[in-house]
Amino acid sequence: MHGNILRKNLVTALLLGPATVWLVVFLVLPFIAIAVFSVGERAPEGGYQAAFTLAQYANLPARATAFWNTMLLAPVGALACLLVAYPVAYYLALRAPARWRLILLALVVIPFWTSLLMRTYAWMYILGGRGIPALLAYVGIEDVRLINTPGAVLLGIVYGYLPLMILPIYVSLERLDRRLLEASADLGATPLSTFLGVTLKLSLPGVMTGFSLVMILLLGEYLIPTLLGGGKVFFIGNALVDLFLQSRNWPFGSAIAITLVLVSVVVLIAANRISTRVSGARQVDLI
Amino acid sequence: MSKSYRDGLPISPEKFVDQLMRLKRGSIGRRDFLGLTGLGIATAVMARELGIMPTPAFAAESLGDRMSIATWPNYHDPQTFENFKKDTGVAVEVNVFGSNEEMLAKLQAGASGWSLFVPTNYTISTYKKLGIIEPLEMAKLPNFDGTQEDPRFTSEGTIDGATYAVPKNWGTTGFAVNTKKLTKPMTSWKEFWDTAMAEGDSRTMVHDYQLTTIGNALKYYGFSFNSLKQDELAKAEELLLKVKPHLFAVSSDYQPGMRAGDAWMTMCWTNDGAQLHRDIPDIAYVLGKEGGEIWTDFYAIPKDAPNKPAGYALLNYLMNPQVAVKEHLANGAPSTDARVNKLLPKEVLDNPILYPAADLLTALEFGAAATLTDPGRAELMARFKSA
Repeated sequence: MHGNILRKNLVTALLLGPATVWLVVFLVLPFIAIAVFSVGERAPEGGYQAAFTLAQYANLPARATAFWNTMLLAPVGALACLLVAYPVAYYLALRAPARWRLILLALVVIPFWTSLLMRTYAWMYILGGRGIPALLAYVGIEDVRLINTPGAVLLGIVYGYLPLMILPIYVSLERLDRRLLEASADLGATPLSTFLGVTLKLSLPGVMTGFSLVMILLLGEYLIPTLLGGGKVFFIGNALVDLFLQSRNWPFGSAIAITLVLVSVVVLIAANRISTRVSGARQVDLI
Repeated sequence: MSKSYRDGLPISPEKFVDQLMRLKRGSIGRRDFLGLTGLGIATAVMARELGIMPTPAFAAESLGDRMSIATWPNYHDPQTFENFKKDTGVAVEVNVFGSNEEMLAKLQAGASGWSLFVPTNYTISTYKKLGIIEPLEMAKLPNFDGTQEDPRFTSEGTIDGATYAVPKNWGTTGFAVNTKKLTKPMTSWKEFWDTAMAEGDSRTMVHDYQLTTIGNALKYYGFSFNSLKQDELAKAEELLLKVKPHLFAVSSDYQPGMRAGDAWMTMCWTNDGAQLHRDIPDIAYVLGKEGGEIWTDFYAIPKDAPNKPAGYALLNYLMNPQVAVKEHLANGAPSTDARVNKLLPKEVLDNPILYPAADLLTALEFGAAATLTDPGRAELMARFKSA
């Protein structure tokens, strides 16, 4: 009996071993390194030199605009994604003919296999002067500028993150017990109140998963605003790139990175709380 | 070892039995065998290592079969690396960077993997101080001839009598204007900044680079490009913050915007200016009469280069005037080497973008190492970008 438990523990340890090593080496250790950097000082020629000071954290207000812009971009971008994604997921899960469903789902996912950089560059050309504006000029509408505008950034974000929003919502709608919809209709509810009271409510865990997933990724986004927005609006992601690659102020960059991780954790916990309270179910576990 | 799209699909029952029977008989296709055992790759590697496939000219020293170079966008004739591979068997992987700071950050973090890189004049003393580069072994660079170099451009490669880097080319930082859209002729940085807020509104680009963007804003007031003085920098910041809402973009990747006609005016380096003007004659290159930046890019070899022999071999190859002249024709930046200038066609030497009038050149300044690493300037740039 005793030996049996030991063997079981050993098997468990062996099974979890590789994942644990992976997590420690690629997640925990770098995080510790960043935490250590964040209480250090910038070396005179740039980089890091050992120290113990909270000066970097005290300096966070110097990037207040970047935090503010990010705190605005992340929920607005996620909301825009959600508004586009929900109808698509709804159609896929509840309306699409079964034999088309797999093909349509594949069409949602396939663009995701190409790097975001490539797809964003493609948008640069579509929105740039030789793309749509050239077509508009052809029909007489001159000097339209689409690239490097807030609209272009929002478009890039919706396009880039859409699959991450569609899939969790699709999963939660697909699990929906259709008998509940019939029951709701039998009891005299209008289609609208059935949607609001049953469908939407029960798909909320998926919505919250998609929303927090997209939002957390947007907290670190810098590529799309740089390429489609012309680098005119400064986000935390841009601040990090600058601090690590241009001014080479690793300690300050690390303090910002740590703060960003803490913000992400708060967002995740809040999303989970909200979805538990509203629908009584936890988020769809995708992450 | 993927051969066709069918490889990933489940095998059909008939094919499986077929394959099984074939293997049972002891027969196996050559392609299957090599693919399954990985012997195909191994043979290819061994052939090179054992000298079965000879690498001419460098057969004496082992150069390996690959190396990495860190350099700038649109900076080389791709054919150069193809030819180098043909001659030596060494494939060159090209890493493209946007700024010297990025290169420095990567080298400082260690294990960049580069065997050759292209730093700009003002970074070399910093690299030496940080111990990232060592003096070059000049004996391995017989193609380089110091007596043919113009010392005006190349002195910063030599520190305390030791050569740490040899020059690739020099150039200037001016601005490019689409003269079809902005018809008023311009000759100064003052006009650049004023136009950005008027006719060039939402069509002007500045570099995502503190050295040039702050430096050229300082030039608006006639201050030094390298100024670290608080009051002068405050004036430059004031100007930049005023211009910010009128900009098309803050980016060092300005060719796409200029070519597409979305941007009409941009800060610009010589070689990009030459390329833009060559392809779109309406785009002119202007040097501010107040001055601005002059620069030289060098070749250097990192201390921790994984393949130093190949680094030296490629560097020596690039120092061959016959090779260098093709590089200059491709990237459009002027040469520091008299031997190369002799080989360049007359219209290149007469091109005022590449070889500007002497009086325009005298006003220009080399960027200083202190300017590059100054934290105050970095923070100024961050305030400008986040405004």
